[in-house]
Amino acid sequence: MSEPTTLTSPSTQTAAARAVVASLGKEESYLRTVVRRFFRHRLAGIGLFAFLAMILVAVLAPLLAPHDPNQIFDQFQAAPSSAHLLGTDPVGRDVLSRLIYGARVSITVSVGAVSVYVIIGVCVGLAAGYYGKVVDSVLMRVVDVFMSFPYFMVILILVAVIGPSLMNITLAIGVLGWPVISRLVRGSVLSIKNQDYVKAGIALGYSTPKILFQHILPNALSPIIVNATFGIANAIILESGLSFLGLGVRPPAASWGNMLSDAQSITVMTSQPWLWLPPGIAIFVTVLAINFVGDGLRDALESRETKSHR
Amino acid sequence: MTTYIIRRILISIPVLLGVTVLNFFIVQLAPGSPADLYLDPNASPDYKERVEAALGLDQPIMVQYLNWLGQLVRGDLGLSYVSRTPVAEVIGSRIGPTLLLMGAALVVAYAIAIPVGILAAKRKGTWADYTVVGGAFFGVSIPHFFLGLGLIYVFALQLGWLPTGNMATIGGDGGGLWDRIQHLILPVAVLATAISGNMVRYVRSSMVDALSEDYVRTAHAKGLPPGVVTHKHALRNALIPLVTVLSVDLAGLLGGAIVTEQIFQWPGLGMLTIQSISSRDYSVLMGVNLIAALAVFAANLLADIVYAVVDPRIEYT
Repeated sequence: MSEPTTLTSPSTQTAAARAVVASLGKEESYLRTVVRRFFRHRLAGIGLFAFLAMILVAVLAPLLAPHDPNQIFDQFQAAPSSAHLLGTDPVGRDVLSRLIYGARVSITVSVGAVSVYVIIGVCVGLAAGYYGKVVDSVLMRVVDVFMSFPYFMVILILVAVIGPSLMNITLAIGVLGWPVISRLVRGSVLSIKNQDYVKAGIALGYSTPKILFQHILPNALSPIIVNATFGIANAIILESGLSFLGLGVRPPAASWGNMLSDAQSITVMTSQPWLWLPPGIAIFVTVLAINFVGDGLRDALESRETKSHR
Repeated sequence: MTTYIIRRILISIPVLLGVTVLNFFIVQLAPGSPADLYLDPNASPDYKERVEAALGLDQPIMVQYLNWLGQLVRGDLGLSYVSRTPVAEVIGSRIGPTLLLMGAALVVAYAIAIPVGILAAKRKGTWADYTVVGGAFFGVSIPHFFLGLGLIYVFALQLGWLPTGNMATIGGDGGGLWDRIQHLILPVAVLATAISGNMVRYVRSSMVDALSEDYVRTAHAKGLPPGVVTHKHALRNALIPLVTVLSVDLAGLLGGAIVTEQIFQWPGLGMLTIQSISSRDYSVLMGVNLIAALAVFAANLLADIVYAVVDPRIEYT
């Protein structure tokens, strides 16, 4: 909005107040509709359950893990037994314990990275959509620049340059991942900013940040939530891919990706499946679960999409 | 429409410049000086300064960028820090295998995704549809390296049908066509799985939308055979939005090629990237990153232009 619209009539304020009251009542039932729609998508319910279980495993890792993930036992590459349910790795560490601690890495990096890029993306998208004109063109060209780089390749190179660590991969995924969110937010802002309640906010002299974050943003949340959910799944794949290539979480810290990279030899693959199957399955199941949640959220939050996506 | 195309091209010029800026500055984040790679660690600081001056590293960063850009415009990507051969040559020798891998994966992915997506849309809500949607979720959720290892385990190690890696059997006659194809099957399967998983969902939802359009009902009402309605009326319109998906797929393929080439020891750009990372050959990394970005950039531009040409429903001003 470049020029604020003036609303002076007192009746408009009453109308606005009534609208607010109405929307509050509607908000509650809307939430219930969303929850109902979400759980109607059966796989989404299962996915949510699996994802919450994964978070619980990550949080309670020290309690759940039978051993210290870095403790070295005298049998290495031991087959699964009652002492080591998933056997031991080539260094003699307990695979199950490393798997459990690996969940921490996946959840930390993915949630951290997505939080970083949602914050950047939302700010850029709000600014571009709200101010329009030059601000919009400049920001959208910057988005085009970022989107020209193949995501995985540029993250890989950035991490290789700044040095692999948990912090750096989280930042690299976060700093390079925001353009999609900013495009989504910009689109929502463009369709919201001419609504009466935004004009009313401007007329009442609210500060621009208040209008942006309290009036516009809450109404643009649905696509952000859906995209961020798929983003978490994607970030888990990115992190494990980086760690697999030796450019993610550094050993001895356990990550599902670096556990798999130890399995790149023919002997390990044929005779020690406990070394490569569990971390691979863990990544796959977690990512699948989060993708189901994302799909369920899309159905529940974006009614227009319900038509095409089951 | 011509105005739109011209404007679209003009808008992309600053984007192109931005791509070179970002590419240049990412590598500048590296700790230490590139001169360290040329020098003996025991070289005197004085000698190091002279080498840096000779390489232009003593100049302000903006000047360095402009020098680099000047070279770039003349098609010069600089010299590899490690092999001292021109970066353009290094990339040129590796680009063929990657294009072959990506091209084959793209063809396979589309050959699967388009008919399967149409089938799912036509039988929406049936078991066939659920199976397709489930398969698509599988495709986008399984990491390349896990699928790759799994396929090697089953088809190369257990069944012994296919080789575990490389482009052709080493030694012998260098590999005939069948040998080449055998080496191509597994890596292509890995890349195509992710791409087609994504693609199926686009085709399906695009087709579901098209099938519910009024012109499809009209065509049915006219008494046209159902096959003609789906394939001539609905499909053509459903496939238009997919033009824009191609550039997204290209970016995904380039990223996926890194992991896939590494697993299958495929001597393309992906393996070059990993090798250059471990030898800290930043000039090659910069070159690979730039080429990849330019490819995606060009695909984006082309997709927008093609979209404008093939979809007469949209008016551009």
